[in-house]
Amino acid sequence: MTANMTAKPGLGAHLGGHLRENGMLMALVAIVLFFVAVVRVFEGVDFLSAQNITNLFLQNSYVIIMALGMLLVIVAGHIDLSVGSVVGFVGAVAAVLTVNLDWPVWAVVPACLGVGLLIGAAQGYWVAYWRIPSFIVTLAGMLVFRGLTLWLLAGQNIGPFPKSFQSLSTGFIPDVFGVDKPNLTALVLVCAAALAVVVVGWRARTRDAAFGMTPEPITIFAIRNLVVAAALIFVGYKLASFRGLPNVVVILSVLTVLYAFFTENMTTGRRIYALGGNEKAAKLSGIKTERLVFLTFCNMGVLAALAGMIVAARLNSSTPKAGAGFELDVIAAVFIGGASMSGGVGKILGAVVGALIMGVMNNGMSIMGIGIDYQQVIKGLVLLAAVIFDVYNKSK
Amino acid sequence: MPALLEMRGISKVFPGVRALDKVSLTVQPGEIHAICGENGAGKSTLMKVLSGVYPHGSYDGQILYDGAPLTCRNIRDSEHRGIIIIHQELALVPLLSIAENLFLGNEVARRGVINWAQAFQKTETLLRKVGLTEAPTTRVEKLGVGKQQLIEIAKALAKDVRLLILDEPTAALQENDSQKLLSLMLELKAQGVTQIIISHKLNEIGRVADRITIIRDGATVSTLDKADISEDRIIRDMVGRDMAHRYPDRPRQIGETLMAVKGWNVWHPDQKDRQMIRDAAFHVRKGEIVGIAGLMGAGRTELAMSLFGRSYGRNISGEITLGGTPADTSTVARAIDAGLAYVTEDRKVLGLVLEDPIVRNITLANLPGVSSRGVLSLRRETRVAEDYRRALNIRTTGVMQKVVNLSGGNQQKVVLSKWLFADPQVLILDEPTRGIDVGAKFEIYGIMNELAAQGRGVVMISSEMPELLGMCDRIYVMNEGRIVGELSRAAASQEQIMALILQSEGKAA
Repeated sequence: MTANMTAKPGLGAHLGGHLRENGMLMALVAIVLFFVAVVRVFEGVDFLSAQNITNLFLQNSYVIIMALGMLLVIVAGHIDLSVGSVVGFVGAVAAVLTVNLDWPVWAVVPACLGVGLLIGAAQGYWVAYWRIPSFIVTLAGMLVFRGLTLWLLAGQNIGPFPKSFQSLSTGFIPDVFGVDKPNLTALVLVCAAALAVVVVGWRARTRDAAFGMTPEPITIFAIRNLVVAAALIFVGYKLASFRGLPNVVVILSVLTVLYAFFTENMTTGRRIYALGGNEKAAKLSGIKTERLVFLTFCNMGVLAALAGMIVAARLNSSTPKAGAGFELDVIAAVFIGGASMSGGVGKILGAVVGALIMGVMNNGMSIMGIGIDYQQVIKGLVLLAAVIFDVYNKSK
Repeated sequence: MPALLEMRGISKVFPGVRALDKVSLTVQPGEIHAICGENGAGKSTLMKVLSGVYPHGSYDGQILYDGAPLTCRNIRDSEHRGIIIIHQELALVPLLSIAENLFLGNEVARRGVINWAQAFQKTETLLRKVGLTEAPTTRVEKLGVGKQQLIEIAKALAKDVRLLILDEPTAALQENDSQKLLSLMLELKAQGVTQIIISHKLNEIGRVADRITIIRDGATVSTLDKADISEDRIIRDMVGRDMAHRYPDRPRQIGETLMAVKGWNVWHPDQKDRQMIRDAAFHVRKGEIVGIAGLMGAGRTELAMSLFGRSYGRNISGEITLGGTPADTSTVARAIDAGLAYVTEDRKVLGLVLEDPIVRNITLANLPGVSSRGVLSLRRETRVAEDYRRALNIRTTGVMQKVVNLSGGNQQKVVLSKWLFADPQVLILDEPTRGIDVGAKFEIYGIMNELAAQGRGVVMISSEMPELLGMCDRIYVMNEGRIVGELSRAAASQEQIMALILQSEGKAA
């Protein structure tokens, strides 16, 4: 149910009446409830404790953040395999700048984002303007940036980071009301978000009705919104009673809302979908397809850099192995979230829910002490099942 | 003589639609039987019932084949009985050789090991039968569409065909390839192969068909003998009304020159020395519909696409003016801004985002028109799409329907809507009525007239000469990359156009 943390204004509008999305949301709720029951019975702990909810977000923030960018890349009909290595590389850059060169945080953050932008641009250039398959370009990037990470760190861990840098990941927003426990700021923000989801959803519903489109049954609409709002407030309350809203949650909530708005309501977002759906038709409709592909990779690079900093801040050191294999988690999240391999289809909310499903399963299985071996198998099967579910739905 | 095929009272229901309603069809051995009907009338569904795509039991009614009930569970069953269907979209593998394609799924093999010597030998025999001299090892991608169509027929012959079904076989062919194909059909008939042809082209049906069955709205309207076949009768039965005027009239009010092209040269995008367009010059005036005639490969599409944002070719040179001033059409976006629109001949591949709903396709070329500062107004967007749906009579359950589920005519209307919403001064329409049924054609003509009446210029590229003659105020004739003649409405005739093409043949050195 933690999924709905991210469902803020703009998103409620897009939940509307789609079996796939409602299905994913239900799957997420079911998985959470499953772990609540199983963890309670076998381990005797509360899966939805304030601490674990906080952990869930801290552990998975990087996947969600990169899923936002990966969704755009995949919708545009491409793939980016290099993001895991970019996470490691940017983490290494951040470590060298802060620890070795004593740069202040306010300079390190934009510098790292800039590095990410350059990496994205370098890869996007070949994909967009030279039509080199993105699979190959980013596979090369994956090797190159992993190698550069090793070189930069000289095979060593670099750390620890100063407090100010760590707060990127492990910090919490202060309570402006000064009440402390429960953190009133957190509660107010979350309630506002819940209200916004319902209002935006309702407005979308009335708009559909005004154009004679069959809106989804009122009961489904009511139930879904009730679940979403209740989940938001529940999660908010739990977080408030622990240490407040983590900075990371704020970052990824804001990003999710921005990207959802961008993909659904902005011309550039729409053009990316058209490009992925039929590149030639998009081009003949006056859309600058090359530039758009280039920009989606630039964007991916920046988000990977952000994720790289968050990972480094959370581990409090940069390691040569950081980010290894992340690209697969991110790509899996996007596909579980309903994106199509051939491009043109996929939603931000879907990708976020997909990432949360992966995250909840990681977290739940770890608490249960399931070995990493079984975890991989189960995650793989979930990915396969989600895509089969998609294909089956389509063929019906 | 007992009938080879008798379909009795075939009904097929899809959720919400009755696609076939007690259709009957009788095909005599050795005849060529044509099936006519508008798009969506149920022709393809009927053929899918016959060939087992829809298995026995999923439809009502009875099929008698060779005097015995036919109960196919899948295509393999029907092919086993000698019923072979050649679909509009060819089912060849471009990267495989002719021989490999001919025996795909039907290999000349023992225990999975292919006997190539025998396969090549058989291939050569089959190719001779369809009048081809290509080597069996030639890759199919190297052949033109016309020859590929013949390969499909050879493939059917390889399977001992008794009843050959051709679904719009000439839709993608140019004139002489079509003629070859039709001759081959007559030859096969002489050899005793019974054939069913589905076609929109009435002159072709007149040439080869012995009898014709007309289907409308999922029901058989009539079956005519050769003696009774006349275009008027067929059209009347197909659309259910008289179409005294196949080309709607319009008042001709032609104004000043809107677009003028001078000295336009285009080279092939890959082959450096190949010039595709040579020194082309033409103009369009306000309220005028100008045709561009020519055989396939004459360079008409290349000309249009090179004008529209240099979407084709390289080393493009020449002048283009719109409204009297030189226009920058160097990218598609600039061409659109300059007031140009191009409706492609291949709407599925180049014109539409098939998996997207109607509304998104309509606004795609003019998103700024439904947004402010980059933020879309979904409300305005829907309203625009609704307006065009009504104005162009797009038959759909709603503007949120995916275009992939629309018929060809309605898809074309969506493409037209897209370009109308971009509000161009000049529209270039490339084969605007290809693969569209008679009723929808009439509507498209009406839209074109309306555009001209609004004072826009329309350029119509078409391979169907009657259509050009019926619609255009002037016709340019293209051949081998050159504009080889210009005919006024009064002077234009099919003979004149062909004469211009033939006279110019080979001169373009």
